[in-house]
Amino acid sequence: MAKQNERIAVAKTYKIYIGGKFPRTESGRYFTLEDGEGNVIANMCRGSRKDFRNAVVAARNAQSGWAKTSAYLRGQILYRIAEMLEGRREQFVAELKLQGSTKRAAEKEVDQSIDRLIYFAGWADKYQQVFSSVNPVASSHFNFSVLEPTGVVAMLTPDESSLLGMISNLAPAIAGGNTCIALASESMPLCAISFAEVLHASDVPGGVVNILTGLRSELTSQFASHMDVNAVIYCDASEAVAKTVQELAADNIKHVIGRDRVDWNSDAENPYMIRDTQEVKTTWHPIGT
Amino acid sequence: MALNAVKTSLQLPDLSRVPAVDEVGVNERVARFQTRSIKTASKVEALKLILSMIDLTTLEGQDTPGKVRQMCQKAIHLHDALPDLPHVAAVCVYPTMVHVAKDALKGHNINIASVATAFPSGMSTLSVKLDDTRMAVDAGATEIDMVISRGKFLSGDYRYVFDEIVAVKEACGDVHLKVILETGELGTLDRVRRASVLAMYAGADFIKTSTGKIQPAATMQVTLVMLQAISDFYRETGKMVGMKPAGGISTAKLAVHYLVMLRETLGNAWMTPEWFRFGASTLANDVLMQLMKQSTGVYQSADYFSKD
Repeated sequence: MAKQNERIAVAKTYKIYIGGKFPRTESGRYFTLEDGEGNVIANMCRGSRKDFRNAVVAARNAQSGWAKTSAYLRGQILYRIAEMLEGRREQFVAELKLQGSTKRAAEKEVDQSIDRLIYFAGWADKYQQVFSSVNPVASSHFNFSVLEPTGVVAMLTPDESSLLGMISNLAPAIAGGNTCIALASESMPLCAISFAEVLHASDVPGGVVNILTGLRSELTSQFASHMDVNAVIYCDASEAVAKTVQELAADNIKHVIGRDRVDWNSDAENPYMIRDTQEVKTTWHPIGT
Repeated sequence: MALNAVKTSLQLPDLSRVPAVDEVGVNERVARFQTRSIKTASKVEALKLILSMIDLTTLEGQDTPGKVRQMCQKAIHLHDALPDLPHVAAVCVYPTMVHVAKDALKGHNINIASVATAFPSGMSTLSVKLDDTRMAVDAGATEIDMVISRGKFLSGDYRYVFDEIVAVKEACGDVHLKVILETGELGTLDRVRRASVLAMYAGADFIKTSTGKIQPAATMQVTLVMLQAISDFYRETGKMVGMKPAGGISTAKLAVHYLVMLRETLGNAWMTPEWFRFGASTLANDVLMQLMKQSTGVYQSADYFSKD
């Protein structure tokens, strides 16, 4: 009789997250993730431009519905994500350690990620009051400016700080009614896909957040050039990459948001992170006669 | 008198002799069509051919003259940023909108198709259906899309359905007649095949899958069965009949699969707008976006194309 402790481990298949589903990459390609000692940790989907295209379609379809969801409910859903992440804290700590983190650093990153979600959950129904304005004008008009979500946001999330950095980019974008496509950290992608499972269990409608894994060198130009993407975020990019992104983004005048040398521990908790992916609509309303 | 003359020359075929459809075989064949890879230059040619085969359609209760004019404008100017684009084959509207479309398309070689015969249900008397047809023809329609009486067909009254098509064809005169089987209400592929044979023997110039008001609308399975019926009809009578899948074909990729199926079932002779049409309202923009992607290399957004 076999001993209980001889049980064969069940390894997890990390797939990508598009439109509320977990498909494999349409390209069938993979890249292998290794730990510091050269042991294989996982085979990751090497996402293709067509995966990205499919993700943009999903994000676009979800966008108007998500933008119309009440700000209060968006906050509640963000809070729910935090709750779900809290419940799976140990799994994320273990994954970070597997990818080379120390226990203490891993715990700190997961805790901060949960707190970051709570932080932006709180802002979801408050940033409008802070950034909207009634403007003085020299005519008989009531003139006011309000925020509207930019739309579909494509984000090349930080390679370091793979969980906290990604959440610090995702949370403010979706708190503000955008839908997004995030490219996970290339060197530490495990948490991104596990986080997709958290999103999946958190009342986030399919398509609001889409997460791909793959090679940054291959996908950056796609993120920057797609005509149906309204804003592109890059983090810690080299000068050459930043230039490429800005040039390609010019085709449809995307918002380009460069987040370089951000300390994700301390610099990302501010409502300007939400403001970055908002448009200002100013209305002139005649008054008097 | 003319009606009688037509009637005597056309015979209701013995539908019990129509071959049964192998549903498993159809599914496998359809799956094979979807594995063909059409790329680069071939893809561009296919996309342009698809554009030229589109019947740009608006069939809503809320259609206004403005909406029809807008659609006609789109039919003429699909996307001016792309040179050398064909125009669509036709616009498809309700009979009361035919005169609006005719004005809007003046001077352009685009057909005006009108649905008639108490579209979409077909639940009316023959005389009302014939009046409906004549009204559309008199207003300037160059193609009529009629619906068959599905209730009569399903209850086995094939003679009634046959005579009705013959009568409508007679009312059409020289105008092209497309016969809508509404396959989503026929239930089985066997009945689709039988209805196809019936319609072709009754004088249909085209057979068409659906009104677009019933789900499922066009599927590749149903279209394949109808194409095979056309092929056999051609072999038996020497007469070519056109095919129009309609409803639910909204992506360029799917439309290319249909072209592959057409090519491999009926051959090159049918690969023209004269013999094959797509009834669609949103397909054109997806095709245009794919063509733009081919020419610029960048994935496109609907924001930069005129509204459907």
